[in-house]
Amino acid sequence: MPVQDKATFRFAPVLRALLPALSLLVVLAGIAWLNPRAISYFGFNLMLNLAIPLVLATLAQMFVITGSDLDLSIGPFIGFAACVSATWLHDAPLVGIAILVGAVGAYAAVGALIYLRDLPSVVVTLGMGFVWQGLAILVLPQPGGLAPDWLASIMGVRPPFVPFPVLAAVVLAVVAWFLLEQTSYGVILRGSGGNPVAVRRAGWSLLKIKMTLFAGAGLFGVLSGLSLVGLTTSADANIGNGYTLLGIAGVILGGGEFTGGRVSPIGAVVGALTLALAASPLLTFMHIPPDWQIGANGAILIVVLTARVLVSRQRGTV
Amino acid sequence: MKHIFAKPWIWSFLSAAAVWLIAVAVTRGGGAGGMLTGALAMATFIVVVGVGQMFVIALGPGNIDLSLPANIGLASAVAMTVMNGNDALVALGLLAALGCGLLVGLANYLLIWALRIPPIIATLSASFIIQSIDISYGRGLQIKPPPALSDFANLRFLDLPVLAVLAILFAIVAAIVLQRTIYGRWVLAVGQNIRAARFAGVRVGWTRCVTYMLCGELGGIDGALLAGYFRGATVDIGNEYLLSSIAVVVIGGSSVSGGKANLPGIWGAALFLVLLLTMLNTFGVSAGIRLLLTGIIIVAAIAVASDGRARDAV
Repeated sequence: MPVQDKATFRFAPVLRALLPALSLLVVLAGIAWLNPRAISYFGFNLMLNLAIPLVLATLAQMFVITGSDLDLSIGPFIGFAACVSATWLHDAPLVGIAILVGAVGAYAAVGALIYLRDLPSVVVTLGMGFVWQGLAILVLPQPGGLAPDWLASIMGVRPPFVPFPVLAAVVLAVVAWFLLEQTSYGVILRGSGGNPVAVRRAGWSLLKIKMTLFAGAGLFGVLSGLSLVGLTTSADANIGNGYTLLGIAGVILGGGEFTGGRVSPIGAVVGALTLALAASPLLTFMHIPPDWQIGANGAILIVVLTARVLVSRQRGTV
Repeated sequence: MKHIFAKPWIWSFLSAAAVWLIAVAVTRGGGAGGMLTGALAMATFIVVVGVGQMFVIALGPGNIDLSLPANIGLASAVAMTVMNGNDALVALGLLAALGCGLLVGLANYLLIWALRIPPIIATLSASFIIQSIDISYGRGLQIKPPPALSDFANLRFLDLPVLAVLAILFAIVAAIVLQRTIYGRWVLAVGQNIRAARFAGVRVGWTRCVTYMLCGELGGIDGALLAGYFRGATVDIGNEYLLSSIAVVVIGGSSVSGGKANLPGIWGAALFLVLLLTMLNTFGVSAGIRLLLTGIIIVAAIAVASDGRARDAV
């Protein structure tokens, strides 16, 4: 039976790689079956309304996970970026831009601190979450503020045929894929999560790599905050908090792993879209109360991870 | 004297004393004792979950329980429902909270074991589901704790919170379990080198399962006590205990990479965190500044506390 063995060996990794896309298709099929009218230009615009900030938050988290770290502060950071966008960026654009650029710099500095002191990222970023939350409250003590007009109009674009969230997700997936998988430095970045010692011996600065990964997370975090304000037209200091855990879930759903720099930008975007569709529209169509939204995210994670284990087991490797 | 300062936990107590002195200086000596007993009472709730988190973290790299806040929230709701405001049912309610936490811990471990996923993901997924169960089960739950429970949670003997005294005894017992029992030795062995532990005959799976269940139980009992102390259960009653449970482990001198745990430090670090908030409150700063400074000081404390420990942990 060697032929069959060979066949399953080839089949399993492909299946594993297709798992994120399959999950998305299952969710889409569920929606189409429950409510066929939702599968339309208008339907997708509504269902994926808040998908863009989630996709960006997931990509932000993915950069940190690439280096085998975890960022528990990205949610409050997105909230902070949103608060700055709805206040300074609207009233004094130059100051607003300076603050946001500074915030990305601060993110890189956190990466440097984690690397230089060899600290656990979970603990440091958990503390940084308080810092960003505090700053967000200082910038915007009460919910409110106003989105800059240009931001609201970008987020309100209605391109022909393809709904904007879908278009944006595809563009973001391609950009992130290009950065991490097509550039030579992207390979180094992923390598640092897999075998940092080898990367250092090859002459690369791990400090620079860690700072680049965290700066990438900061940049996408800022973009997530901007898109959030563009959609909601106002902000509140707690607006981003949910994105910390959702982003991690998105990366994992997309086939990423916690260690070894094994991440997939396209998978992460697909994972984020799956979460966005499953958490709210699918549940609504199934007449499940919104109380279970968060639980649905957990259930999807568990189901997909179970599927992953089953696929790997077929391959015969642990 | 010299070897006292060599203890990794001494710094957490010194920091706690420092922030207390600053707070006392700001109020010009007013309420110094009150601040301390108040801090003891609040630190109790951090210590209970901190000890659980410490056992989990001691299991080695990647082991962490992110489901504590959801667990605390659900257990507080379960305890309040079972007690139903009736003094006679307090013991039953506490048992129910314990059982609820135990099940959460077991579910966490089953996910880790069956799906072969890092504990962070397992406890994260579990916490999503627990949170939903709590939201749907505890929505609009208006049951007050039985008077006996809230009296007990707020009880003071010679001005000392009784709950804090019990928590100190509990910490001593936990230290003995960690250092002097086979189970405790196994936890540390697994944390130091899981393969070596397995070859040495340690029942690795059993040890990890028991540890996650222990952490779950402690979260459960903490939830019931919190509901008693604050006179009611809410969904977000446990929210702040994720950061504080992890922070006390690190600041208290336990190794984050596992295999080395330190119980006295949990108390020192919990007092430090609570007194830090007290100090910031005496400054009369706004909520934003308070969060900002708390975050900065915690990150700074971790950056300083981790120094050298990574070296002597090896």
